[in-house]
Amino acid sequence: MAEALLSAAGATRHFGGLAAVNNVSIELQRGQLHAVLGPNGAGKSTLINLLSGDLPLSAGTIRYKGRDISALSMDRRSRMGVGRSYQKTNIFPSFTAFENCRLAAQSRDARPFNIFANALHNRAVSAAAERALEQAGLAGRGEIVAATLSHGEQRQLEIAMVLATDPDVLLLDEPLAGMGAEESARMVELLRKLAADHAVMLVEHDMDAVFAVADRITVMANGQVLESGLPEQIRASAAVKQVYLGEDEERHV
Amino acid sequence: MTPLPKTLQATFLASALAIALFPLANSPFYIELVTKIMIMAIFAMSLDLLVGYTGLVSFGHAAYFGIAAYAVVLISPKYEAASLWLTLPASVLIAAASAFVIGLFVLRTKGIYFIMVTLAFAQMVYFLFHDTGLGGGSDGTYLNFKPEAKLAGYTLFDLGNTRHFYYFVFALMLLVYLFLRRLLQSPLGRAFIGIKVNEHRMWSLGYPVLRYKLASFTIAGGLGGLAGYLAACQFGFVNPEILSWHQSGNVLLMVILGGMGTLYGPIAGAFAFVMMQEYFSALTKHWQLLMGGLIVLVVLFFPGGLASLADRFKTRGVKKPVVAEAKHG
Ligand SMILES: Nc1ncnc2c1ncn2[C@@H]1O[C@H](COP(=O)(O)OP(=O)(O)OP(=O)(O)O)[C@@H](O)[C@H]1O
Ligand SMILES: [Mg+2]
Repeated sequence: MAEALLSAAGATRHFGGLAAVNNVSIELQRGQLHAVLGPNGAGKSTLINLLSGDLPLSAGTIRYKGRDISALSMDRRSRMGVGRSYQKTNIFPSFTAFENCRLAAQSRDARPFNIFANALHNRAVSAAAERALEQAGLAGRGEIVAATLSHGEQRQLEIAMVLATDPDVLLLDEPLAGMGAEESARMVELLRKLAADHAVMLVEHDMDAVFAVADRITVMANGQVLESGLPEQIRASAAVKQVYLGEDEERHV
Repeated sequence: MTPLPKTLQATFLASALAIALFPLANSPFYIELVTKIMIMAIFAMSLDLLVGYTGLVSFGHAAYFGIAAYAVVLISPKYEAASLWLTLPASVLIAAASAFVIGLFVLRTKGIYFIMVTLAFAQMVYFLFHDTGLGGGSDGTYLNFKPEAKLAGYTLFDLGNTRHFYYFVFALMLLVYLFLRRLLQSPLGRAFIGIKVNEHRMWSLGYPVLRYKLASFTIAGGLGGLAGYLAACQFGFVNPEILSWHQSGNVLLMVILGGMGTLYGPIAGAFAFVMMQEYFSALTKHWQLLMGGLIVLVVLFFPGGLASLADRFKTRGVKKPVVAEAKHG
């Protein structure tokens, strides 16, 4: 098996007495889309926060390209190639959609402290921003102030911003939630394409989407890994059925 | 950054012209008053970079103003004039370096703690000059000779001449404005605004936010120092009051009154503030009460400050200035 691009070993995170993520190990490989399922409060978002550096670990290690990055800050991890999107839309509302993505792409600029350059004249950065908007289905919407985009479009922008940073690993926290059916289908198509040369971790409640694109699935409950394997194995697992698939699918925002 | 709207451009040109012609028809008293206002406008713009564009509400900005003011006095020889070309950059650099060092500490805090800790550092600087003999203690000290602007033996202009000094300060005010506009169009400036709008996402996108804040804090400190340098030159005297918390509070009020995140707003704020100060203090002993009340009213009814008046003329839709600044155009 190829070496994992990003992996967690025994990752644990406590909030007071609650073990939101408890001894979770997971491997994300280039060329694979790894879906993470689990009921509300299972610890999926917290796991992403641990991988991205938004939250420090209580125990365990995170490795990226073989290097222990557990102690690195989230900006360092981002610059190394670990990109993430948020479950709760986390954009620059007063900026245009283009400026949201341009700022994201600019974070890779080699000379950020040149105060006499005009930010808009950096072609490479602007091109990366336009490309990201287009990939996320926002072509032609760049001039719109983000706060005035529809909810679904803001979700697309959330993804576009990650893409604009040109990451190797994509940690996507419920990217489809809040998107219309058509946009959802588009996004699933995009995820499939991205998975070819990225490592993608997809947290998602939409079962059809998950089983349509996932190469591997991990199911979490109560902060722990319940089951991890190929989609067929997950579909067949009795434990998963009982805890997750069997439940009436509780939708949430 | 979008170009400024037409009405604003016109206002701008008209004001610049008025300021340029002002000394032709007025007495030294008023020329000096407007000079003082323009110095405060530079000071207010420097603070706007922090408050209005980086989201850092500093309540200790007078420290850098005062440090540079003391610097020019302390590095000038006692019995002859120092060179402008030497003392000005040196004082600005000393203020910027102080901001850099203080920034290393204060920028680790956020929100209300940031406000308190910037104030605390400014108070430390205040007491450094107040309680030690460094700058004449609480009595302050004189700048015996104003710096000279000489080039190859020729005196280009005379800082002791009311009109010369007026135009020198005017030129610097325009320069600072243009410099900051330029800065805010640069990748660095864009990142500052990003930090103000959504700091967490900036971290997440890979920005070492602390370093960017430190850059902003240092630049603002240096420009605040420029204002302090000019103030010391104008009055030929410094005392600890110029770095007291009143001074920090006043400049913050100028920024808020004028409209933060606009640059031209704080210039207007400085004019309005100092003119109200003059007017009300001549009117009654209780002028501070009157002025405080008026400022409260302005802030209540025009949350965007005086700068938002321009927007109201143009459109009925309320737009925050920073939106216009950040739009790509
Ligand atoms: N910052 C926090 N402080 C305290 N408790 C937290 C915090 N973040 C998450 N939790 C708790 O940790 C547990 C896991 O939360 P998490 O958001 O990771 O779940 P999730 O699987 O993403 O759920 P959902 O499907 O609703 O998004 C929950 O019980 C939650 O209340
Ligand atoms: Mg979640």
